[in-house]
Amino acid sequence: MDELNARDWTVHPPYLDKNYASTQLRSPRQKLLPLQQTQSELSGLRYDQSAVGTLGQDLTRSAVKNGAPLGERIIVQGRVLDEAGKPVPHTLVEIWQANAAGRYVHEADQHDAPLDPNFLGAGRCVTDEEGCYSFITVKPGAYPWLNHPNAWRPAHIHFSLFGASFATRLITQMFFPGDPLLALDPIFHSVPDAEARQRLICGFSLDVTKPQWALGYTFDIVLRGRRATPTEI
Amino acid sequence: MALKQTASQTIGPFFRYCLTPEGYGHRGIAGANLQIPGLAGERIRIAGRVFDGAGAPVSDAVVEIWQADSAGVYPATMEAGKFCGFGRTGTDETGEFRFDTIKPGPVPGRGNSWQAPHIGIIIAARGMLSHIFTRLYFAEENAANAQDPVLATVPAERRNTLIATRGADGVHRFDICLQGDNETVFFDV
Ligand SMILES: [Fe+3]
Repeated sequence: MDELNARDWTVHPPYLDKNYASTQLRSPRQKLLPLQQTQSELSGLRYDQSAVGTLGQDLTRSAVKNGAPLGERIIVQGRVLDEAGKPVPHTLVEIWQANAAGRYVHEADQHDAPLDPNFLGAGRCVTDEEGCYSFITVKPGAYPWLNHPNAWRPAHIHFSLFGASFATRLITQMFFPGDPLLALDPIFHSVPDAEARQRLICGFSLDVTKPQWALGYTFDIVLRGRRATPTEI
Repeated sequence: MALKQTASQTIGPFFRYCLTPEGYGHRGIAGANLQIPGLAGERIRIAGRVFDGAGAPVSDAVVEIWQADSAGVYPATMEAGKFCGFGRTGTDETGEFRFDTIKPGPVPGRGNSWQAPHIGIIIAARGMLSHIFTRLYFAEENAANAQDPVLATVPAERRNTLIATRGADGVHRFDICLQGDNETVFFDV
């Protein structure tokens, strides 16, 4: 088994971020201990369609009670790749998001915005042989949080991915182009590198857009790749 | 390398109806019970609490485990009726998580080495911009732990943070301190 490239700490945020208050007590203060990868880190599960269950890739239909969810219908699609540009097939992509009004179904979300009876805001899909995934959903609304006075999260969709092994796990957020709140968001800005931040913003695509139906956005995700030079493990 | 890794972002507080959605009427991809009928190996419960730097329980974390079977083999696929080695649960209001699983066997390490039985753990929560990795080892595996190549890299005074203790109830307790005097050892995997 080839070793994985290290987590790239020039793109991943540090644990402690003075502008994101909740990191103060939840950030390890000791240096992470380097671990030489073994089977325990390099093994992982291959997922198939059965993992998707009732949370499918069409979030506009998976929770319908009496009509379509309100909001702007969108298509979000892209590829999961490794650092060498190779597709990551058969990997599970899980997403969750607020509804068009900026409210999560989560019982702890107390934002004074309406729930949508026809929208859960959770989806899953498995990448195909080419690493492609695709979701149909509604554009999430911005929502307030208590990090600092008048704090609002830019519209975003949460993404959770596994990749080929335990060590390639990634949890991230996808943002939308042109959002004025991006400039003010400490979580977005926790990513130290400006180009890495830009890569968290999806692209509008007229090719993905379906006439008379929905705007299309593309968002590729890059997971850790295998080291070019195989090492004896 | 042609491409750069996508940056990590916090899981936030509102992941439950997607990642641990049992309370919302949906099946998760994996739960807190990895035991299935006929599964070989010693059935165990592991439990622990997650604490922040002020010693307060972290009640909105997700905890994931990845482990080998009792023969020391990591599963490769998720199939109904088969041990899948992966579990996921959320912490409760006291910061506690629980898994019912089997004790993993020793697994090969690098070169010709062997690793003591252990369970890989990922923790993610609001206030954590990247997830963290740690490992759970078993107190009763003293001899194997002493030979374990990963434990050997951990400063002796912090090694106890990676070893679950077994109470009178038989539960393997493994508390996780994100920060502070008893900060758990986290790995740059
Ligand atoms: Fe969010």
